Amino acid sequence: MSNLLTDENLSRKEEESFTSAKLQRRSFLQFAGAGAAGIALVAAGCKKDKNTGPGMNSGVDLGSGDVGILNYAYALEQLEAAFYLYVAANPYSGISDLEKMYLNDIRDHEVAHREFFKNAIPADKRIPNLEVNFSSIDFTKRDSVLGTAKAFEDLGVAAYNGAGFLIKSADYLLLAGKIVSVEARHAALIRDLISNGSFASSGNGEPLDANAIDKPLLPAQVLPIAGTYIKTKINASNLPTS
Amino acid sequence: MNIVNILEEIEKVDGDVYERLSPRRKAMQSFFNMGSKIALAAVPLALGSMFKKAYGATPTQVLEVLNFALTLEHLEYNFYKLGYASAPIPDGAPKGAIMTIRDHEDAHVKFLQTTITGAGGTPVPQANYDFTAGGAFADVFSNYATFLAVAQVFEDTGVRAYKGQAGALLGTGPVLTAALGIHSVEARHASHIRQMRRNTGQMPTIKPWITGGNDTGIGPAVNGSFAGEENVVQATINITGINGQAISADAASAAFDEPLSKNQILAIVTPFFA
Repeated sequence: MSNLLTDENLSRKEEESFTSAKLQRRSFLQFAGAGAAGIALVAAGCKKDKNTGPGMNSGVDLGSGDVGILNYAYALEQLEAAFYLYVAANPYSGISDLEKMYLNDIRDHEVAHREFFKNAIPADKRIPNLEVNFSSIDFTKRDSVLGTAKAFEDLGVAAYNGAGFLIKSADYLLLAGKIVSVEARHAALIRDLISNGSFASSGNGEPLDANAIDKPLLPAQVLPIAGTYIKTKINASNLPTS
Repeated sequence: MNIVNILEEIEKVDGDVYERLSPRRKAMQSFFNMGSKIALAAVPLALGSMFKKAYGATPTQVLEVLNFALTLEHLEYNFYKLGYASAPIPDGAPKGAIMTIRDHEDAHVKFLQTTITGAGGTPVPQANYDFTAGGAFADVFSNYATFLAVAQVFEDTGVRAYKGQAGALLGTGPVLTAALGIHSVEARHASHIRQMRRNTGQMPTIKPWITGGNDTGIGPAVNGSFAGEENVVQATINITGINGQAISADAASAAFDEPLSKNQILAIVTPFFA
């Protein structure tokens, strides 16, 4: 069904060294935390926002305007769908029936989101299928899978929240709103599976700020984090910045 | 450092900054361009100044949305405040979760009050509430199951209320961003309350997401809060079985949350006002 995660990719991933995978994952999580907190610290707003970072101005072009934002969302949904497809097909050891049911549901939601964007974006402007790289995830371990799921869901919520103001069409804004609250429901569940009661934690490295508001992340902050798991290079330099 | 200071600094360098950036829309855009990088906490302080300079005053529509949101946050906060103090919520994780949510609603109330005041508006005061909704939930604060059921309806409805107002905040930069950020927190709450109802066995099949329409088990009294949630068509695209994928109608409905209009929301919450 999915050509995002081929057997070839998986066997390739197993060849990579354990140490490098570990390090990659750790730096991802640190970055994720730092990124979420970072937006509150960046106060010198005199420079124009840039969507260009390391490796962000070459590769698959997301495009501009609302279509660019839709492609941005499509890229993130491709990543999430590929992850949960693999998780559902290869349950971690000791998974409970309830967890299996939840993860299968989330897989279906993410596939639905991915396919929705695929159909909603005009074919001539749509980005291709992205190749993912999950070499840093130990799919046999509950803490590795749920920890990654948590990072993906919180990142998705922050990404949609941080891209809303870039959308010009009220229809697309509403569609983003319809999806982000479902991502937030996922995020809360995954967090509770890891540690009950952590569904909406606030503070440094946590998703909420001191006003109990989900911290937004701009595309230029999200893509380097997501890029840890996406082999295909993504060019976000034409995305709107205001 | 706050946005006001930044604007003042720019004004020192370019005294005509606001005039130069006319039309007004462009002045706002320019502000929001910077605002996207600034902590949301600074929004309330800077909002009034920005709107005054761009428009002479904050657009009525923006203040109306903010006060509508505040009306709902007052309702939620008072519900959790009373519930936490008096409902038979088990100690430990359940009580802790309700305290967390209560404190979030309190923070939302304060954020919105400060934002509205900063924007030159008058925050709506809290009202008198009847959380039994005229007797429909008579044991709301004496029966843990009823308390959680009403909490779930408030959270799911709150998500729909914010979603329905997003379009009215189009082009308001950080105001929209803040509203979206509250919106997703309400969804996190809804997810957790739904888990609590499932894990206590009160509603053993309910999921963290809305499956089909009214999946609460509460009955038709709350149908209004879930009207339209069964939708499986997004932007004319049928999500059920989309592109040959095994997406059931349940999954298709759960994958997208639906909005409600202000009037629909007001009709839903009116019974809770004394």
